[in-house]
Amino acid sequence: MAVFLTSLLGTLPGAVAQGLIWGIMAIGVYITFRILDLADLTVDGSICTGAAVCTILVRSGMNIWPAILISFLVGMAAGCVTGFFHISLGIPAILAGILTQLMLYSVNLKILAGANLALSSRTYQVVITSSRIPQALLVLAVTMAIIVAVLYFFFGTELGSAIRATGSNPEMSRAQSINTNITKLLGFALSNAFVALSGAMLAQYQGSADINMGRGAIVIGLASVIIGEAIFRKFSRNFALKLLSVFVGAIIYYMVLQIVIFIGADTDLLKMMSAFVVAVFLGVPYLKKQHFTKAKIGVNKNA
Amino acid sequence: MLEIINVTKVFSPGTINEKVALNGLDLKLENGDFVTVIGGNGAGKSTMLNAVAGVWKVDAGSILIDGIDVTNVPEHKRAKYLGRVFQDPLKGTAADMQIEENLALANRRGKRRTLKPGINSAERGQYKELLSELGLGLEDRLSEKVGLLSGGQRQALTLLMAALQSPKLLLLDEHTAALDPKTAAKVLQITDRIVSENHLTTLMVTHNMRDAIEHGNRLVMMHEGRIIVDVKGEEKKSLTIEHLLDMFTKASGNEFANDRALLS
Repeated sequence: MAVFLTSLLGTLPGAVAQGLIWGIMAIGVYITFRILDLADLTVDGSICTGAAVCTILVRSGMNIWPAILISFLVGMAAGCVTGFFHISLGIPAILAGILTQLMLYSVNLKILAGANLALSSRTYQVVITSSRIPQALLVLAVTMAIIVAVLYFFFGTELGSAIRATGSNPEMSRAQSINTNITKLLGFALSNAFVALSGAMLAQYQGSADINMGRGAIVIGLASVIIGEAIFRKFSRNFALKLLSVFVGAIIYYMVLQIVIFIGADTDLLKMMSAFVVAVFLGVPYLKKQHFTKAKIGVNKNA
Repeated sequence: MLEIINVTKVFSPGTINEKVALNGLDLKLENGDFVTVIGGNGAGKSTMLNAVAGVWKVDAGSILIDGIDVTNVPEHKRAKYLGRVFQDPLKGTAADMQIEENLALANRRGKRRTLKPGINSAERGQYKELLSELGLGLEDRLSEKVGLLSGGQRQALTLLMAALQSPKLLLLDEHTAALDPKTAAKVLQITDRIVSENHLTTLMVTHNMRDAIEHGNRLVMMHEGRIIVDVKGEEKKSLTIEHLLDMFTKASGNEFANDRALLS
């Protein structure tokens, strides 16, 4: 038993690192899903695009930092494509995201010139790698802190407030002279920029970019967002903590995943499990509302 | 201040549901006019306000605000000139945002939104003062989410927001219809105060004939997408509901068909 626990604990730092990387992606999902109230499925494609762009640039000799920055910007562009489909062509957000995602599959194949491409930490200079987890954890923790700080600041500005207002009430936003097309576009762009950044980090961490690495990413993102919310809801309304909770949610997701793998569960079923967790977490509040709202009103009246 | 010239709007044209909502509508408001708008079901009252606000494009005619042709100006740009309060109390504010954040959003109406802080401390003081004038106790709840407020409180807040950037025109779309009578009276009282303090040119749609008579300096009645009765000045002051119904029947050749208006 002791041996079992020790070796399980030994795998957890890696799970935390993965959680922090996917947490960056989940921040992107949080921006569209929670702040803008739009479901954006572009992420399944844009995470791989970020990984592919970073990999190909580093392999061609570019320094890792500008490569990461360019991945971020390419993610932004991918978000703009979805934004264009949704805003200018009137395609529902979900479908717009699916279209871009499918386009990105081809784009990613072209960038990678194949289904996968190695980015070995022995050959290339990278900032994180799974063979040096303590260092990776440090870099990722700092990255997280910067992202939370920057977004906390941004969503407190006039422009950021306008994006939040658009998600809360688009009609009211237009009445307050907010161009909701622009704010939505900004949201899509920003969201996918972080998703691509996450992809760039993931490619370094696992030492390769793979055409299938984004499959089901949206579900992992949603799971992180709602697990984080479930844990933090009780004791904080602070926006910075909400952002932080997304990372915590992602870390918990990967730790649970690690434990499940460790006790020998069939890994073929992992995606099924993830989807199930998300369905339950999204479904329970709805069912509660359906079945318990009436009783609640009655109680209030008597009080 | 506002000129609506021969405006036409048809919904679902060419279908079985085709509805001529505005039919060559003409209306001109002078600076400082407080016009109440009344009419039967489907007369085009709310449609007129939406046309002015630019929610969609009109099919024909033009709309001028303070001499500026806004007929083809999109809604969010037109918002610079307009303060709006909607019938549904949920529509005028962002429920997930704080009271002060909502006010700060409104305070930037018509201005460029930059990377400056969304709200500053000088504003907070100003908002606190404005909220205390409402007498609803909201001045101590600046950082509460608007979603926690009652319908009446939300309408009062929306009114404040509408008046913050001194709009050229205030559009009130049955803004007390969803409230209980006592709250409705309170919100109307706040409306009168805000309109007169800020000298706002106002267009107020109401389903309540008594309110339409008691408020404002001019009353118009709509029927089938145009104005059929227009009463102002001394004549408006001496109006009664019976008189108003008479005028409607004469002008339209129909009985007044709005249950809510007749019952209240």
